Amino acid sequence: MTGLLPARPGLPRTVVVTLLGALVAVAGTFLLDPYRNYQLALVAAYLCATAGLTVLVGLSGQLSLGHSALMAAGGYGYALTSNALPAAPAVVRFLAALLGAAVLSGAVGLLLGLAGARLHGPYLAGLTLTLVIALPAVSSTVPGLGGDQGLRSGLERVPDALSRLVALEQWQAWVAILVTAAVLGALHVLVQGRTGLRLRAVRDDETAAALAGVAPGRAKVLAFVVSSVAAGLGGAVLCFVTQSVTPGGYGLATSLLLLVAVVVGGLGSLAGAAVGAVLVVLLPWLVGTVVDALPVPTELAQRLDGNLALLVFGLLLVVLMAAAPTGLVGTWRTRRARRARRPGPRRADPGAPPPAPGPSAPPRADVTAGSPLSGTESEA
Amino acid sequence: MDRFLFLVGTGTARGTVLALFALSLVLIWRAARIVNFAAGAMAVVAAYVAVGVAQATGSWWWGALAGVVAGGLLGWLVERGVMRFATTSLGGVILAIGLVMVLQSALGIVAGPQYVPVAPPVSDRPWSWAGIPFGSPYDALTVTVALGLMLGLRLLFTRTTLGLQLRASAFAPEVSRLLGVRVARMRTVAWVLASAVAALAALLLLPTELGLNPHATDVLFVLAFTVAVVGGLDSPGGALVAGIGVGVLMSLVTGYLGAGLTPIAVLALLVLVLLVRPQGIVSGVRARLA
Repeated sequence: MTGLLPARPGLPRTVVVTLLGALVAVAGTFLLDPYRNYQLALVAAYLCATAGLTVLVGLSGQLSLGHSALMAAGGYGYALTSNALPAAPAVVRFLAALLGAAVLSGAVGLLLGLAGARLHGPYLAGLTLTLVIALPAVSSTVPGLGGDQGLRSGLERVPDALSRLVALEQWQAWVAILVTAAVLGALHVLVQGRTGLRLRAVRDDETAAALAGVAPGRAKVLAFVVSSVAAGLGGAVLCFVTQSVTPGGYGLATSLLLLVAVVVGGLGSLAGAAVGAVLVVLLPWLVGTVVDALPVPTELAQRLDGNLALLVFGLLLVVLMAAAPTGLVGTWRTRRARRARRPGPRRADPGAPPPAPGPSAPPRADVTAGSPLSGTESEA
Repeated sequence: MDRFLFLVGTGTARGTVLALFALSLVLIWRAARIVNFAAGAMAVVAAYVAVGVAQATGSWWWGALAGVVAGGLLGWLVERGVMRFATTSLGGVILAIGLVMVLQSALGIVAGPQYVPVAPPVSDRPWSWAGIPFGSPYDALTVTVALGLMLGLRLLFTRTTLGLQLRASAFAPEVSRLLGVRVARMRTVAWVLASAVAALAALLLLPTELGLNPHATDVLFVLAFTVAVVGGLDSPGGALVAGIGVGVLMSLVTGYLGAGLTPIAVLALLVLVLLVRPQGIVSGVRARLA
């Protein structure tokens, strides 16, 4: 690549790339109208959650169907903290609210992770599914969460210094992009470093990992907490943009959409998570626009409205899992790697993103993660 | 005390249905090592067929028969068309989730989101004995059908050649194949059986719920999953015991604390069981401990 980037992969490079990416995205907001900027902010919020989920599923082999509930936990954490500090300066209030979101979602994630760490795929999936189904009941039972109506958080206005330059939606997109860039950067560092190595070791063979001195339980719980915090920050950004958090907004459908997003993008790939997040925000909108344009009776249009996008996503999920389990980014990467390998000797690829093609390529490597299912009694 | 007895009575009836649904999960788990997350959505499709036929013929019984047949057919389609691509347990869950989305959204488009009321075939007004209500004819029907079906399945699995082949291919697929058992076909048979059972369970439960809607079995599935985990995913007997236990517990929670708390109680129970005894309560010892 260019000489601007530090040559060796590592922390400085990640920071530079993250900052550059955020800068490009922020510059891009000037080209978009307010509604597109709003959508961009939504994409950024969902990207936090999909990035967290893809790290969890792809790297640690744990499947969560409950990431929308963790997003909701982040949203509630944000709204509660933000509403508790009405007099504080905006920056302090926002940062404190983000912290509140991270703490609340991290705590929920820790509980789930502890319950799930000794278990394999289907148990954890069922547990997290139950969490999503129970979310409306939790929000109407626990006092202070506002029941079905949810909570509202105050609108964070554009700072005075910028108010002549940017509109509200653009400002919100900026903030969303910055938070998301921070989350992505942190996840990338984690995935590339020692922790990522440990997680992959545990995913591929728990016994071998334990023999090599990695505590499988601890690694899995850590992955779950990190993933939960990422999802929670996504929920916080969503709450910041929409100024509200309701249990209805984080139902089972949202959770399943997040799963589709990471599978479509490719499990374990942060770039894939970005593709998935764009798809999750834009496809329902696109389908809605197309349906509105079609000359169909109102009742049918209403039925199609929410369901057609889900139908498309479901088909996409089934077809992809059957035909290309590596997802879009994975398939593209395999193809590129094959093409690169053909002429001449193997060339070094210093900037290869986390799941480089090879033995640890995400999809089929999960074979080993799932197959010892028959023996639930791991070395505890 | 009256209230307690009444709640235990309805809870037992509900619990046997939960056990039946959980049994369907256990059957598929044993045959294919997959937790069928699409079981609820598949059962709801079968239930729509059943209600349609029942409305057309005017008889609940024809509807139930059609529903069970539709459930079995759907099981065959799903196993042959989708689930055979599942090479890993993770892949199986993801494929099943894709199916849930497809089936539920297709139902939402075809049938709409409104609740279709489902009337029970026999009265659901409770009998009372010395002024204490303790259960209705419909509860009795539910318990009889569920227990009878479980007994029938047990006989099928323990006393027939097909049952022996099913058990053999579940426990030692490769040896069974060497001995001439058609393992892939046995897996399909298990899916068909399990889906038909799940369809019947959903049908039995619907009259006691709000009615039929594309998401009518979401909570039922979560409950049945809990039952299967509590009983041990490998254990049909455990499903029955845990089903009645969970059914009574949920009935008590609903009766004394309010219906809104039921999902939280399920979540708490599931977390507790998974933390304390993840292999289930009834599951046997798998390996020597010392």
